[in-house]
Amino acid sequence: MTDRAFAVVRAGALTTVQDQGRPGHAHLGVPRSGALDPAAARLANRLVGNPPDAAVLETTLNGCSVRPRCAVTVAVVGAPCAVTVDGRPVAWGAPVRVPAGALLDIGAAVSGVRCYVAFGGGVTVEPVLASRSTDLLSGLGPPPLADGTVLPLGGVVAPHARVDTVPHPAPPHELILRVTPGPRADWFTSGALRTLTTRAYRVSSASNRIGLRTEGPSLERAFTGELPSEGMVLGAVQVPPDGRPVVFLADHPTTGGYPVIAVVREGDLGAAAQAVPGTPLRFVTAAPRT
Amino acid sequence: MRVLPVGGRALLVELADGDEAQALHAELLRRRAAGLIRVRELVPAARTVLLDGLDDPGRVGAELAGLEIPPLSARDEDVLEIPVRYDGPDLAEVAAHWGVPPQEVAQIHSAAEFRVAFCGFAPGFGYLTGLPGRYEVPRRATPRTTVPAGGVALAGPYTGVYPRPSPGGWQLIGSTNAVLWDHARVPAALLAPGVRVRFVPEAR
Repeated sequence: MTDRAFAVVRAGALTTVQDQGRPGHAHLGVPRSGALDPAAARLANRLVGNPPDAAVLETTLNGCSVRPRCAVTVAVVGAPCAVTVDGRPVAWGAPVRVPAGALLDIGAAVSGVRCYVAFGGGVTVEPVLASRSTDLLSGLGPPPLADGTVLPLGGVVAPHARVDTVPHPAPPHELILRVTPGPRADWFTSGALRTLTTRAYRVSSASNRIGLRTEGPSLERAFTGELPSEGMVLGAVQVPPDGRPVVFLADHPTTGGYPVIAVVREGDLGAAAQAVPGTPLRFVTAAPRT
Repeated sequence: MRVLPVGGRALLVELADGDEAQALHAELLRRRAAGLIRVRELVPAARTVLLDGLDDPGRVGAELAGLEIPPLSARDEDVLEIPVRYDGPDLAEVAAHWGVPPQEVAQIHSAAEFRVAFCGFAPGFGYLTGLPGRYEVPRRATPRTTVPAGGVALAGPYTGVYPRPSPGGWQLIGSTNAVLWDHARVPAALLAPGVRVRFVPEAR
């Protein structure tokens, strides 16, 4: 029981391994992937003394349970939730020492969607193109966690951070996404951009790591016709034929054929990752800067 | 050439056609290798090139407007040969579209020289151009739920090879044992943008 690894006891709805992703390979059709709320993943790593790009677990809505085979320092940030070790409550948002063989449970998110669980030494599954991230669009990286899976942990390189509290944004009650119009705003009627940036939307339950789907007024195209495939960026607001905007998140396809009416500032996408289905959503126009 | 801002860190450059897009992509790769431009992603597509991860898109956009783009030259590049068994289930349908007997499909397809225009759909899936325009074919009306890895297929002006089993709506004309994608290999993708390709018929 001393090897550096942990066993998955309860995988949860969708728990994946994530680091800062694999940018730089979009021209080969490889999505960037990586933590949907990268600031939370970096903070979790900092709390346990890891470099910011160490691999962590990203849970979805109902957490997960794991049993480390070695004593390890962990930290849970992102969506607020109950954290227990062998049934005893421990701190959320702070380093916690988990003894070898104890059961670490990350409970259901009280608000928000995704918790980030960092382990001292990081989750050291085999990297693919220099990243350990699970990519749900193209299947690169480790598969989502399953009950009984054993995942390796790296050696500890630095002591954990000595902190009492950490500043962290609460999951949004209303999601505000700042957008820059273009590159294909001219494919829509003049009223469509105004509709996008003035009307109320909601976060759809069909959202996932590929895209934040929306419910609300549909955006009308100025003309029909097919746009030849073109490169897509993180935060692109793509409009499929049903007219409901989709905001591209980390596992988005690298090329696409639906026109992009606007692009969300990258800094706003962490909040998008934490917005539960039904959250009121507004797109507001902003100057082109990230 | 039209340069469209994409958010605050990217530019989408729209060209007149696919050949111009490939030529610009090749020139941008040369400029990046020479340290003349800093950009994280250079993503060519049907008639655009996306530059993502720019520090100063405004300045780069202005530079692009005055850029001389040399036409694609084929002189110094090797041609990758991919062995194909021309035995795909859509061979007869493709032959009917082309107005030739089925056995001539292999001859026509293997006579062309292809170039990977861009990638997408899946890691290592290349969109290859090179067939004369009269050989364009539509996608299948009903996509297949599974196409085996190595399936060689046509859609529109493109030839593609499926890197792994996946759903697919392209017309299957053959198959290859070539490994299109292996993330443990360097390079992982056999068919990266710009690679020149010839398909070589294998005995059945």
